[in-house]
Amino acid sequence: MSSVDIIFPTGLSYSFFISNLGAKKDFFMNTRLLLIGNEAIARGLVENGCAMALSYPGTPASEILPAVAKWRNELNLCMHVRWALNEKIAFETAYAGSIAGLRTAVSMKQVGLNVASDPFMSAAYMGVKGGFIVISADDPGPHSSQTEQDSRMMAMFAKVPVLDPCNAEQARDFIALAYELSEAYEVPVMLRPTTRICHGGQDIELREIKAPLRSAVLKRDPARWAATPKFRYALHKSLNEKLSAIAAHAPTRPRLLNPGIKTSRAIVASGVAFAHAVEIAADSGIIENAAVWQVIQPFPLHTDFMENLLAEYTDILVIEESAPVIEMQLAAGHMVKGRMNGHIPQAGELLPEIIEDAMKRFCGLSSKPRPQVPATGGKRPCLCAGCSHRASFFAIKKTFPDAIYTSDIGCYTLGLNLGAIDTVLCMGASISQASGFYQAFKLGGTQKDIVATIGDSTFFHSGAAALMDAVVQDSRFILVVLDNSTTAMTGNQPTPASGLDACGNAVPELSIEDIVKGCKVEFCRVGDPYDLPGFIDLLKEAHSHTKDMGVAVVIARYPCLVDKKSNGALHERIDMYVSDLCNGCGYCIKQFECPAIEHDAPSGKAVINAEACSGCAICAHVCPQGAIKKVGE
Amino acid sequence: MMSVPEKQQIVLSGLGGQGILFITRLLAEAAIYRGYRTLTSETHGMAQRGGVVVSHLKAGDFSSPLVRPGMADILILLHRDNLIQQGHYLRPGGDLIVNSPSSPGTIESFWMDADAAAREIHQKRSANLILAGFAVSVLKNNARPFFCGADDIRAILSRKLSGKNNLLASALAAFDFGVRYGERKTR
Repeated sequence: MSSVDIIFPTGLSYSFFISNLGAKKDFFMNTRLLLIGNEAIARGLVENGCAMALSYPGTPASEILPAVAKWRNELNLCMHVRWALNEKIAFETAYAGSIAGLRTAVSMKQVGLNVASDPFMSAAYMGVKGGFIVISADDPGPHSSQTEQDSRMMAMFAKVPVLDPCNAEQARDFIALAYELSEAYEVPVMLRPTTRICHGGQDIELREIKAPLRSAVLKRDPARWAATPKFRYALHKSLNEKLSAIAAHAPTRPRLLNPGIKTSRAIVASGVAFAHAVEIAADSGIIENAAVWQVIQPFPLHTDFMENLLAEYTDILVIEESAPVIEMQLAAGHMVKGRMNGHIPQAGELLPEIIEDAMKRFCGLSSKPRPQVPATGGKRPCLCAGCSHRASFFAIKKTFPDAIYTSDIGCYTLGLNLGAIDTVLCMGASISQASGFYQAFKLGGTQKDIVATIGDSTFFHSGAAALMDAVVQDSRFILVVLDNSTTAMTGNQPTPASGLDACGNAVPELSIEDIVKGCKVEFCRVGDPYDLPGFIDLLKEAHSHTKDMGVAVVIARYPCLVDKKSNGALHERIDMYVSDLCNGCGYCIKQFECPAIEHDAPSGKAVINAEACSGCAICAHVCPQGAIKKVGE
Repeated sequence: MMSVPEKQQIVLSGLGGQGILFITRLLAEAAIYRGYRTLTSETHGMAQRGGVVVSHLKAGDFSSPLVRPGMADILILLHRDNLIQQGHYLRPGGDLIVNSPSSPGTIESFWMDADAAAREIHQKRSANLILAGFAVSVLKNNARPFFCGADDIRAILSRKLSGKNNLLASALAAFDFGVRYGERKTR
């Protein structure tokens, strides 16, 4: 059978409505490629002449920059594509390129925009020259984040227009819209995808690549680029004028799914919620009794759209993630149903079944019973077999059972499972919180043992500044830098110590030891957590230093086992077994939580799963009975 | 001529590290190859460290990337424990494919011990491909068959792993093991 034999249902093709920007008749051909939203965004950047792309990895945005780098390398494009130390620096670097007239972009996860919010607010006032896109990926759920915050609210706060794509293809196509908008009004433009866009795959027809053609020019204008408060007032007024004009910008006007419908009901949706709503409207017949609008630009909402909506319909349901951005601008509580009056849940991801119920209630239709969704459960994530972080945490716990454990953002947050973490706030906070706890207890005349853990990439991101501060505050604690020489959680991106950029080219590399010593920390030693007894001795030495000297830093260095790019030296594999000495106490399973140590139900004892085992042999030190042994011992 | 569904919704689930993402993309590319409009939804981030991973794949005229509860035509589980969390996706009369050493019980299913099979062919990380081969072959003669055939998957594997001959040979061997196992089971 050839693929053209497939007959699609007659009538409207809803997936086509959504991807109708230049609809292709030849979609039966095999020229469409599966791209996830992040790759589609990257493709949009290279198709539209982006010259500088910067980022700091964070789920769900991590795959954007590597995809840009891939096309840059494949097509030999003249582009600067780099991971930056953190989102603020990524933002400022890309923004400078825009001031110099180039098309640039910065991408990050939503909490990364918190880090970059300082330049973001100011860049809105000063505006841009070359198109500048701020890609801030939200994570309703949250699936892999600290918060469910809505970056569109940040856009509103900063007075920056924001586009909200409903699928991967729109995300790609909105890059062109965003660059045009940004250059027409000289403003930064935000593109706000969510997890389901970023990690949703779709068949997409690639368009031609526009090589970046412009060269950098900086026209001196200190009244704008270094504006003092007096000038900022003028810039603020001009930003307001730009926003009024953008609220009438034709290409980003809301789109009606079902034109010609006569009804007093309107469903207004944006982002992936719109994609869910379209399918539900088609399945349930709601398409025949409610107007379904897609808002492309949730801020600023188009002025005429708001006026017409409130004039034409009496009943309006707004479906958006994850804050009531459209709803608040409509400011018509008596007519509008949404998050602010309980018609849409105020927390959690808007799964299609939640949207289905809300749409049916809104249209007076009954929902048929659906299978019960089980309470969340199942196997929780844990550190990989052989992960050196497990050894470090075990050593910390064993050496300082009563310490306060502050930790940070990364794979090693899973140290929670091992009982070796008390606090996780945000990037870099392990160090400042350790310092804060030290000072808080000192007021009462006690010196608590405090152990902070932070990953190498997080240390570079915002830990180093906190360390400088802890030193000058004369705080005393042990800082363990869990250095697996990669940004592991987000997919093994390089760190500033890797000596490689996002495109795989050699760049100067930084040393954690040098930075620590530069912060005037007198105790800075590197240890191998695989040598558990030696590592414990090192922790004890560090502890005695903190008693009367200051901060002590221990760098726990061992490569990440899932990092395919790593060239770090690994220890030889040692096969392990559980001997008859095992009394089934479960200590290894609870306190060490290695996926390769399993509970054997028939015998009630522990057993090594040889396929899962990495052969790190650290468990030899764990069993209180000494039952876990090296094969041949 | 084999009838082909106009559209099909599939949920795949397993534990981080089992290769759910790989077979989701493999099947999605096969769907595009067969001319379907295709949507997927993947799990990234912390869950990939051994937690529960779920992928959705929709082939045909859809706009939402997610399958609603009770609407999956096919549910493919790389770990039988995932049935508790993901079983609600399956529509009444839908097909359940499970990697399990024994019948997973309560509901009817096509099951095979893909982990044992992976050990048998000395490729401990290939249970995902074995189960994919099994799914394609046991659903071949269904009233609503799988949206693609084994040859489509082989074609995509050959494209994905072109230039990596050893990897391709192992992948095809694993996939074909599953296909043959499925054929024996349904005969």
